[in-house]
Amino acid sequence: MTELINLFIKAVFVENLALTFFLGMCTFLAVSKQIATALGLGIAVVVVQTLTVPINNVIYQFLIRDGALEWAGLSEMNLNFLGLISYISVIAAVVQVLEMFLDRHVPSLYNSLGIFLPLITVNCAILGGSLFMVERDYSFSESVTYGVGSGVGWALAIVAMAGVREKLKYSDIPAGLQGLGVAFITAGLMALGFMAFSGIQL
Amino acid sequence: MSYEHRKILFDPIVDNNPVILQVLGICSALAVTTKLSTTVTMCIALTVVTALSNAAISVIRNHIPSSIRIIVQMTIISSLVIVTDQFLKAYAFTISKELSVFVGLIITNCIVMGRAEAYAMKHPPLPSFLDGLGNGLGYSALLLVIGAIRELFGSGSLFGYPILPLDRDGGWYIPNGLLLLPPSAFFLIGMIIWVVRSWKPAQVEQPEFRIYHAHRPEVAS
Repeated sequence: MTELINLFIKAVFVENLALTFFLGMCTFLAVSKQIATALGLGIAVVVVQTLTVPINNVIYQFLIRDGALEWAGLSEMNLNFLGLISYISVIAAVVQVLEMFLDRHVPSLYNSLGIFLPLITVNCAILGGSLFMVERDYSFSESVTYGVGSGVGWALAIVAMAGVREKLKYSDIPAGLQGLGVAFITAGLMALGFMAFSGIQL
Repeated sequence: MSYEHRKILFDPIVDNNPVILQVLGICSALAVTTKLSTTVTMCIALTVVTALSNAAISVIRNHIPSSIRIIVQMTIISSLVIVTDQFLKAYAFTISKELSVFVGLIITNCIVMGRAEAYAMKHPPLPSFLDGLGNGLGYSALLLVIGAIRELFGSGSLFGYPILPLDRDGGWYIPNGLLLLPPSAFFLIGMIIWVVRSWKPAQVEQPEFRIYHAHRPEVAS
């Protein structure tokens, strides 16, 4: 249990997907102008990440891993090369199903998250989470924790960034740095701040 | 090569750069630029994938039902990325290990998806191919600049060959460790945006809020 809590804290702070691995940066910079929209997108990422990392873990453990098809009597089979295409299909399918489910059963949430859901399929943080899960060979319970943790970490980073940018709008910035330029530098400073967590042994 | 084709190919390098103007493909731009060798590999991989996926999607663009187009595009792109990934694993194994998940992440690199959606779905194969190639080159141009600065000043070498003799080997250059850390790439891209926008003022964004309008009514128009 302690190990899982440690993994969670590590996924949120020390190995924050947005600020230490720079995943999902495109949306991170494009959708961080207001706290409310950033929060909506953050929640959507947490939900999708919590679903896709464990699903991909099951697929990896029972279908794709070297020798994973032993239960079907095919112990020689190694389907590793099909990994990428299966993970991305799972993500696209989960996003599509989630969208239809929310539309049918929770229309209020659908209306607030609606525009962000399609964006999430191409958010590298989601695919990145699954790929890190594979690279580090997580077990099922670890993958659930990592999925929730990495999603929360990303959401935390984008909400913090939106908070900074809401205030930044009132500052006097050189013309060439206006908008995107200063957003990059802000993100850099935030990433430096998050580096303070690196090296923490849990 | 006609004028239009040349324009499609070279426009994305400065005038419509995918990274600094269209805000596409930033994730990998930051993560793979600590060393030039990984940067060059990543640039070639991305350019090849973008050009070929644009061409392939453009060929079948009239047959894709619009409701499932994202999944169709994803399938084409991920097949190309799998080929690239396997190729790198076979012929450049150490570099492929250093790039870790970032080759796989070309699938979700917004440049590939963005150009497929914005250009290849509406244009014939040849211009789409050139557009993909051009955007790949625009991405590569920026990444190579960042990679060169980070490797030269961060570890005193280019492509692993020592250029500035390092302090610890008896030379005079004390490497700037910050440049090897990920946040430095943010600062460098921010600075490059500043330089490019000072050179091409048309790219400057309008501020949402001007503070002197409230406090200095005489300059408010």
